[in-house]
Amino acid sequence: MNLGFTNTEWIFGTTIIDRLHEIYGFQVVVNNLPNFGMGAWLTLEITVFSIAIGMVLGLIAALGRMSKIKVIKSIAVAYIDFFRGTPLFVQILLLYFGIIPLIFDASPIQSAIIACGLNSGAYVAEIIRAGIQAVDKGQMEAARSLGMTHGQAMIHIIFPQAFKIVIPPLINEFIMLLKDTSLVSAISVGELTHTGKMLYASTYQAVWVWGAVCVFYFIMTKALSILGDWTERRLATE
Amino acid sequence: MIVVNNLHKSFGKLEVLKGIDCHIHQKEVVCVIGPSGSGKSTFLRCINRLEEAQQGKIFIDGEEVTAPNADINRIRQEMGMVFQLFNLFPHKTTLENVTLAPIKIKKMSKEKADDIAIGLLRKVGLGDKDHVFPSQLSGGQKQRVAIARALAMQPKVMLFDEPTSSLDPEMVGEVLEVMKDLAHEGMTMIVVTHEMGFAREVGHRVFFMDEGILMEEGTPAQIFDNPQNPRTQSFLSKVL
Repeated sequence: MNLGFTNTEWIFGTTIIDRLHEIYGFQVVVNNLPNFGMGAWLTLEITVFSIAIGMVLGLIAALGRMSKIKVIKSIAVAYIDFFRGTPLFVQILLLYFGIIPLIFDASPIQSAIIACGLNSGAYVAEIIRAGIQAVDKGQMEAARSLGMTHGQAMIHIIFPQAFKIVIPPLINEFIMLLKDTSLVSAISVGELTHTGKMLYASTYQAVWVWGAVCVFYFIMTKALSILGDWTERRLATE
Repeated sequence: MIVVNNLHKSFGKLEVLKGIDCHIHQKEVVCVIGPSGSGKSTFLRCINRLEEAQQGKIFIDGEEVTAPNADINRIRQEMGMVFQLFNLFPHKTTLENVTLAPIKIKKMSKEKADDIAIGLLRKVGLGDKDHVFPSQLSGGQKQRVAIARALAMQPKVMLFDEPTSSLDPEMVGEVLEVMKDLAHEGMTMIVVTHEMGFAREVGHRVFFMDEGILMEEGTPAQIFDNPQNPRTQSFLSKVL
């Protein structure tokens, strides 16, 4: 790659920052920081709303999957199987072009959130189920032996302990979800990857543009993992 | 006070209880002894319906525990249970372990529950450990908190399921001491145990169980000094 200067100039010339300003790709990134920012913001919005939907659906599906009522269990299993067993990319296309238009007039962003939320819910359901089942059986027995109902025992004893167990896999899921929102660029949602696509198409600065996109994704996922570490520390009882 | 009629319990094809009949009086301390797998713990767990018996009836103060429409949650409030593995709530402090049930089930005020709990923790010798988490306690201390937790519901009966079996030997004494005090206060207790010394000293009656059958019952003197059933004789000759 020709960076536009020779080794002697590098050593005896002006500072590195001054040099960088002479590189076209760097200028593209700097000039388009607001665009990257808006793309990243939209990525974050889609992720947050999808997580919210995924958590609610995941909790319902997890409880459904553990239910003794056969119909409820079958519905939960079918939901989890479908959304875990087919590609998210295909689900996005199917929902946006196929299913959602039959139900209501949704924007691409709304469709994206629905698709990602439904998909995430299936994974969250299995994470929550694993967390609940990982709590020692004796905890439920102790709670019931004191006279708590099954529901009270779940709320006061099982869920708080399961919550602690599921934080690492949940954060993992949220990080994957955040990255997977890049797929919704296929239905022209102007999130971070879409911003990258547009910018690359007009400048052909692959390394700079996609490199910058990576940095933005990394900042967001790193923030999520820091949030997870912080939550774990707060819940520590030792 | 507790009447058990023809209690049967199977796990799949394995018949664990083969028709238990007994009668336990108020303020009585009954120690249940017997080899592992004899159904002692299952018998105890059927009394508060942690296990559902297939056949037979259990009455507490004339109320049928085993009735399909029995209000089991209310009945359990009157039966404290202490487990072999303590089963303290690890995400709660010792004080919260003790106050949780009174606050959530009996809708007691936090102040009143705290008062009662601190009194109970003092009683089991842990008055200074109220804001400690279970992970910071020794096994003996955990079990004493578990006893305080069960007592906080002011039960009429206490069920002990091998309360000292998972403790280091030097911690067994402190737990038995608390149980002895409880017995002297007139608590009705059913204790599944391998502590023959405790059964002999504190028990009013001893049940010997083997192969799901209540083989022999009697006073500690009768069972330990003059057992009639050959099974009892053989078991005691191995453990004493």
